[in-house]
Amino acid sequence: MNQDTQASDTTAPAPPSSEKIITIKGMHKWFDDFHVLKNINLEVSRGERIVICGPSGSGKSTLIRCINRLEEHQKGTISVDGTELTQDLKNIEIIRSEVGMVFQQFNLFPHLTVLENVTLAPIWVRKMPRAEAEESAMNYLERVKIPEQALKFPGQLSGGQQQRVAIARSLCMNPRIMLFDEPTSALDPEMIKEVLDVMIELAESGMTMLVVTHEMGFATAVAHRVIFMDGGEIIEEKPPKTFFENPEHERTKLFLSQILHH
Amino acid sequence: MSQTSPPDSYTPGSHPDLPPPVRTTGALGWARKNLLSSPLNIALTLVSVWLLWSIVPPAFNWLFTEAVWAASDRKECWALMTEPRSGGCWAFIRGSFNLFVYGWFPEPERWRVNLTFVLFALAIVGALRESLPGRKYWLWFAVAFPFIAAWLLLGGFGLTPIGTNKLGGILLTLVVAVTGISFSLPIGVALALGRRSNLPALRAVCVIFIEFIRGVPLITLLFVASTMLTYFLPPGSTFDLLMRVLIMVTLFASAYIAEVVRGGLQGLPAGQYEAADSLGLTYWKAHRLIILPQALKISIPGIVNTFIGSYKDSVLVLIIGMMDILGLGRARLNDPDWLGLAPELYIFISLFFFISCFGMARYSLSLERKLQTGHKS
Repeated sequence: MNQDTQASDTTAPAPPSSEKIITIKGMHKWFDDFHVLKNINLEVSRGERIVICGPSGSGKSTLIRCINRLEEHQKGTISVDGTELTQDLKNIEIIRSEVGMVFQQFNLFPHLTVLENVTLAPIWVRKMPRAEAEESAMNYLERVKIPEQALKFPGQLSGGQQQRVAIARSLCMNPRIMLFDEPTSALDPEMIKEVLDVMIELAESGMTMLVVTHEMGFATAVAHRVIFMDGGEIIEEKPPKTFFENPEHERTKLFLSQILHH
Repeated sequence: MSQTSPPDSYTPGSHPDLPPPVRTTGALGWARKNLLSSPLNIALTLVSVWLLWSIVPPAFNWLFTEAVWAASDRKECWALMTEPRSGGCWAFIRGSFNLFVYGWFPEPERWRVNLTFVLFALAIVGALRESLPGRKYWLWFAVAFPFIAAWLLLGGFGLTPIGTNKLGGILLTLVVAVTGISFSLPIGVALALGRRSNLPALRAVCVIFIEFIRGVPLITLLFVASTMLTYFLPPGSTFDLLMRVLIMVTLFASAYIAEVVRGGLQGLPAGQYEAADSLGLTYWKAHRLIILPQALKISIPGIVNTFIGSYKDSVLVLIIGMMDILGLGRARLNDPDWLGLAPELYIFISLFFFISCFGMARYSLSLERKLQTGHKS
């Protein structure tokens, strides 16, 4: 992977490669009769960082959950790293081990220690030997700056620490893509920064990231594109500078006025 | 008691952590507060004291002081007391003890039953105590135990065969109850998972089975086992009565366990399933590592409750003529030597059940406490 590491220049994120890692064409999704995603067309390049924002109910979480098949789409195609997402279980499992996900509610496994949480998937999915998995896990826990918590249980950690463990847990599988579903929305304000710092460091290392968030500072710092969704459709898709300074559509302007002035 | 203390004189931000105020004066203080604090409380205290006074000393007297522990029949027993029936004739229990424990198991072979009991205790301790070294071997032993016990109790392969109709009393109670309990848990978990499956045929089969079993009393199933089952099986095949009863008791308990476990599975936050899926775990790995450990832990009270119920349900085999501890006890009451000693018998049987069931309940509490991993820090 040939990535620029000039991420100290935060106004112009390093351009991603031209290789397409996610391709979504004409995707529609319904929950029973409710048309939740309408004609989604999206291409994500390897190394690209995309922030998806929009009012609640706009389908942004549903969109990224379709990418790792936590939700099924009824029409159109989704391809991840060359594999198409269909009913085929084998493909789904391949894609899921290449795509990591971080949830708003952390979703750590409360009956396992932090270290066991992080090593579980490498040991049982990638069949890594335990010692190797633990070494790798400690590396990632150091990267998210909480190696000393390795033997504690999730219930003993703060929200910000739990979310960082969740990020380490996904990273330990060496995914090609990381999906973030409102990672900081359930955190107290003083913990948001520690999680965003981890995400920024991850971005600077060249990870392909799709982030659903309301943290516009983060978008400005690292995103290549900001996507605005409303009512299940992609309304606007622009680089952050243009998105915030010169939005094109009325709905985007309305949304920005609401969130930038709370 | 009011105390005048000087107002706190610490600068903001430097107030130290102080210990809480001392409670008032120990036992007497407790009594005054809880037993004598209001007219109603005083009245209730007096009534309770009167009740205890009128029940406990006479009960203690009957159970222990006047009780006779060695006699050869009822008449002799009562002759040894200050007046007939003034104490418990425990000689009855002691005299019948071997019958109650072993049923009609031939006396020379009773060492096999004793060995089974000892191995059973070891299997329980080994399966439930996580801190033992060589845990894997203990678990293998616990899994192999039913087969070892079946060989020891029923014979064959070098041991004299014993007909299943020779099993009775506590031995039979334990065989029925323990078999039902231990096999119903894995079957119940499988039924619960099947009921939640996406495959409609599997789901339908599980629902029908569970609802049918829950819809009929265990007694009717036992009657089916004892009378009707031969009509459903190929002609000429005989199926041992005890085996039929064990199957029915197990299936009955499985249906209830299935619903308890299903409740536990539903109680898990959806995020746990999603996190397991998003890490790429297959259905079985996710259930084995993430879902079932948590679901079963939540279900412990319900599961132990069902186990205790199944344990006591074992007395229902009385209805189809099998002599468990209650059946044998009642039969013994009709023996002319020991007529009329019903209180002694039922106290003994109640004590037996109480000790076992209470033991299960306390174990479950300690298990829950042990599994409380950091839901509070």
